[in-house]
Parts: sequence; structure tokens; C-alpha cells
Amino acid sequence: MAEVPEHLLKRAQQARDRAQAQKGGGDAVAPESSGAPASGPSTGPKIPDHLLDRSKSARQQAASAGTAPATAAAATAPMPVGPAAPEPTGPGGGTQRLLTVVKSGSIQDVKATPTDKVHVWPHLLVVEFVAALVVTAFTLIFAIFVNAPLLELANFNETPNPSKAPWYFLGLQELLTMFHPMVAGVTIPGIALFLLILAPYVDRGPGKRPEDRKFAISLMTIHLMFWAILVLIGSFFRGPGFNFVFPWEAGLFFDL
Amino acid sequence: MMSNVQGSQAWSSIFRPGSIFRKGYSDSPRNRSYVIMNSVLYHLHPVKVKRHAVKVSYTLCLGGLSFFLFILLTVTGIFLMFFYRPTAAQAWDDIYTLQTSVAFGLLVRNMHRWAAHLMVIAVFLHMARVFYHGAYKPPREFNWVIGVILLTLTLLLSFTGYLLPWDQLALWAVTVGTNMMGFTPVFGDQVRFVLLGSVEIGTDTLLRWYVLHVLMLPFVIVIFMAIHFWRVRKDGGISGPL
Repeated sequence: MAEVPEHLLKRAQQARDRAQAQKGGGDAVAPESSGAPASGPSTGPKIPDHLLDRSKSARQQAASAGTAPATAAAATAPMPVGPAAPEPTGPGGGTQRLLTVVKSGSIQDVKATPTDKVHVWPHLLVVEFVAALVVTAFTLIFAIFVNAPLLELANFNETPNPSKAPWYFLGLQELLTMFHPMVAGVTIPGIALFLLILAPYVDRGPGKRPEDRKFAISLMTIHLMFWAILVLIGSFFRGPGFNFVFPWEAGLFFDL
Repeated sequence: MMSNVQGSQAWSSIFRPGSIFRKGYSDSPRNRSYVIMNSVLYHLHPVKVKRHAVKVSYTLCLGGLSFFLFILLTVTGIFLMFFYRPTAAQAWDDIYTLQTSVAFGLLVRNMHRWAAHLMVIAVFLHMARVFYHGAYKPPREFNWVIGVILLTLTLLLSFTGYLLPWDQLALWAVTVGTNMMGFTPVFGDQVRFVLLGSVEIGTDTLLRWYVLHVLMLPFVIVIFMAIHFWRVRKDGGISGPL
């Protein structure tokens, strides 16, 4: 149970004091207000009889036992209310009654458990800002020292040897050396993409901790390593004619 | 002077009630909430997040950095667009002129190029991070699907941009790539024709890929990013802690 906030406690104390003062000073008011429910039969039909009975008996009980039950009710109510010793009157002179006390969890399903939270400003925004600055600085400095490649004008009559796709497609180009182009260029990447999309619907174990998902993690690691190795081979170990070479012997055939 | 400005109708028309720019900022929990709640940032971030969500070691900022790199690429890309015409006769010359006789032209083109490669890496690593945290488990399955679409769109954006310098590297890299797509079963030739705007790569391809690169794919990816970020919040913020 969460702690009752301080301002609510203070408000409850004030209400209690006010009620106390009224009890001491205005005894004449009390009987008048206790007669109010009788004088308000116009609202009567809307309230079911058994509820009226119940509240009536409760009032009798309260009268016999003093103010104790009222304070007990206040303790279970979500908003602390003062001990309603003399019938508190509403704005129109009508009587306020406690119809029912709904305990938390009886009809509401409380799902939100209190979590440890921090303000986005400054805690998250500062981190994001610094990260953005670092990446900008890195890109800027890298761009100052390393030029983007601009080879000679495109020429359809002169095929460079080797011709390589952008690095992220070099895994596929590597597959081309092993399979029919339809398999390497369409089927395998298509299946890989499809499986990737299906992953959350296939991996249905409830656990998120690495030790609970050894199989999923092994499979994904193998998958990622498979592509990483293919890309590395395609990038650095393929020379003229897309033949296998060692970069330290034949040199690099790679442009970003 | 400052209070005059802050009291003016113009000022209060710009900053909504509750904005920290109306009354000034002093550090208090209420003002910390107002910074987010009464600014456009509220579209992206809630007022509070789980404490572990701000730990750099958990996310490595990879998703946010992918988005930031996209913004960086948009800014540098707009600069490049001022100096570039997508025709076979002019494209390479424009890039060459940009590099040799436009102030900061070479630098901005370099930044665009490296940021593009960096974005592919960042998106890829973000995917790996999400997988290893099991963050795609319910209720976040669909956001993973959106994420895979975003990865594909990122690759397509990078690939369409690859052709634009119209040099030997661009031409033959794209030739290798599109030849592979031509092997799509049943309608491979049609796919290739639609992509190239012709049976062979040429000036039509350049225009087509230029429009894809600067307009259509960014438009599509922004829509998917909006859904992606919205779902992150609706699914209860980032996952974890483990």
C-alpha cells in the first residue's frame, strides 16, 4: 500500500478539526440536519430500499457505538474523511451518507505496480544529447580526414574487376558464388527476412533473461555470425574475378 | 525588458501555458515535468521513464542514434540536393564540382556518406540489442515487425543513394545488386524493369533512384518511424530490466 501523501493527511486533519469545532459550537444544527433524510423523500425512490435499510441500521449502530465506526470507515476509504460524528450537511442542506466502501482490488483490477521512475528531463534528454553530440563529432572528424570515394565517371564499356555490391549486400554476393542466383539473391535473403519477422511469434518462451533463452540466443548468434563472416569474406578476401585472396598478399579490393 | 517581452501577446502566443519559457525555469519536479509536457518533445518522450531505461549500458542509445543519424543525413542530404542534378550527363560533374569548388561541399558529402554507413550499422546493432534482451516479446511483437521493415527501408535508402554519384563504383555496385533482383521468380524481369526504368541502368534509372532516395523512401520510413516510436511508448516504454 502506498503511503498517504502529506497534503491529503493535512486536509483530513483540517476536516477533522472543523468537524470537532462544529460539534462543540453548533449543537442546534445537528438535530435539524439529522431530520433531513426524512424531509427528502423526493430522492428516496432512486435509492433501493435495502440500501436505505442498511444505512439506517448503520446509523443506529454508529449512534450506539459513538464515533468509532466512522473512523474505521475513514481508514478503509481511499480518501481519508473526518469522523462524521454529527451528520455532515451537504451544500444544499442535504445529508451526506457513506453508501459503500469499495476496497481496492474488489472491483478494480489494479495492474500498475509502483516502479522506480525518473524524469525524462534532465536524466534522459542529457544522455541523448551527449550521444548525439558524440556521433556528430565522430562523423565530422571522420569526414575531415577520410574522403568519400569518387571514382572516374561511370563507363558501361569498362567493367571493374572485381565488381562489388555495397558492403551490406556482399554477403549475398558471396552466396552467389555457391548457389544459383535465384537462390542466393532472392530465396535465401527472403527466407531470412521472413524468419526475422516471425521471430517474436516463434520464440514464445516467457523468459527474457539470457539464461532462459539459450536456444534462441544461440540461433540468432549463429545467424548474425553467418552474415558477418560472409560480408567480411566478400569485402576483404575477394580479389579479381571474385576469387579468394588474402588481403595482406593481394591488397584490398574494397570501396565504401 | 525581459518581463515586457515575456508578458507580450506574441510571446504568450508562441509558448503555451505551462511552458518553461513563460515563467522561466527553476529546478523543481513540477518544472522538470513541464519541460516535456508543455513542449513538442511530449510527442516523443513521456514525462517519466523507468530508471533503468536511462542506463546507457542497456540500450547503448542505438535506436535513438539511428534516428539521429537519419536527421543528420536529412540535413546533409538537403545541402547536397542544391548542387546535384540526377542525369547521366550532369551527375558526376556536379559531385566533382561540389567537392572542388563549393564551400564545405566535400566535407558535407563525406559526412553524408559516412553517416549513411553508420546508420546501417546502428540499425543493425539496434536489432541485435533488442533480440538479445528478448525485447520483442509480448506486447512488443509487432514493433519488432515494424523494426524489420525499418531495417529493410534503411538498406534500400542506402542502396538507392549508392548510385547517385554516377561513378564506376556506383554503376557496377548497383549493376551487381539489381542483377540479383532480376532473378525474382515469375516476374523478375518486370521487377528489374520497374527498378531501372529501362532494361539497362541509365539516366532513367538515375532519376528514378534519385526520387526514391530523396523523397519516397524518406517519406515511407518517417511514417514507419512514427509508428515505431509511438508503439515503444504504448507498449510501456523500453523493455526490461532483465
